Amino acid sequence: MARSDVQLMLDVKAGDELSFELLLHKYRKPLVNFLCRMVRDQAVAEDLAQEVFFRVYRARKEYSPSAKFTTWLFRIATNLALNAIRDGRYRQMQISIDAPAAEDEPAFQLPSREARADDKLIERERNQMIRGAILTLPEKQRVAVVLHKYHDMDYAEIGKILGCSESALKSLLFRAYETLRVQLALLVARPAAQTAGEGKRHEL
Amino acid sequence: MSCEKISNALIAYLDGRASGDERFVVEAHLKLCAACQERAEEFRRLWNVMAEVPSVEPSPAFDARLRQRIADAPKPKFWGWMIPAPRFALALALLVALSVWVGGRQPRSVNPQNTAANSEEQFRMIKDLGVLENYDVLSNFDALSDLPASAQPAQDQQQKPPSDAPGSGSGA
Repeated sequence: MARSDVQLMLDVKAGDELSFELLLHKYRKPLVNFLCRMVRDQAVAEDLAQEVFFRVYRARKEYSPSAKFTTWLFRIATNLALNAIRDGRYRQMQISIDAPAAEDEPAFQLPSREARADDKLIERERNQMIRGAILTLPEKQRVAVVLHKYHDMDYAEIGKILGCSESALKSLLFRAYETLRVQLALLVARPAAQTAGEGKRHEL
Repeated sequence: MSCEKISNALIAYLDGRASGDERFVVEAHLKLCAACQERAEEFRRLWNVMAEVPSVEPSPAFDARLRQRIADAPKPKFWGWMIPAPRFALALALLVALSVWVGGRQPRSVNPQNTAANSEEQFRMIKDLGVLENYDVLSNFDALSDLPASAQPAQDQQQKPPSDAPGSGSGA
């Protein structure tokens, strides 16, 4: 029978190095992805993820299972990421969709699937836009959205990580998604053909 | 229910985590409100768009780097217990420093012989206190210094012992 994360961590506390390897194997990728969405740069995200696991290992002797292991793990990661962002050690490249472009800089063009031949390039640009929009969110909203959308965490757990109530979290999420809906309106908007079709149906 | 009040329950409704009551309220509102219906649709599409972003793979050297870092970390020293509680360590250090400082201000320990000698000296001073006070008054008594010169020798003679005044009363 598979051991729970808490049991694995208790085994690490008891000196079982293999249990730490299992936790590392299980959470390495989710943690790097979470941090990558927080700070954008993968190398920076990996540095921070290393620091998270190092702190978990260093604190193994004091570990007490007062919360879910993931709550503890992501709380450490969140604090490190927010500190890194606030310190400005890791400068993030943010895309502002509304910001006016410089004179010599070509205006930001929304990639459309039909207009561009190179699908890979379109896909990359769309991904950059989405990542950029997430990065423009205020810190707490960003953490909430990333944990909700990409890590499928429940409200109670995200609330514990952020130190807020479920009701406050729901409000935070609504505001965050509302901002993203506006920022990514061109990607989110219904395809023109569909809208036109509906219009014709109404006319008929 | 107003659009504003429905907003907090809308996300939970769309991600399938709303309670039965919440779902009922949101569905009832969406049937009546075209704007919220449109917004809910756009949220759904937004989530689909967000799901397009692929996840990244940690670099192959990730585990090895971490193992190396753990191996290189200095082993905890015997005072290592203080490291997780730097405030406590600082408070303890300040307390020790304060104790040393306050201890230095206290009078040195005295042995019984010194105490007895000090008491005797203090007793002698108290006994002579009246003389000392008189001396102080007389030495600072301005009226005496204003006396005429002729009066002063007489006064001096009165103060001198008899053997030192063979011609006493000559000036009277």
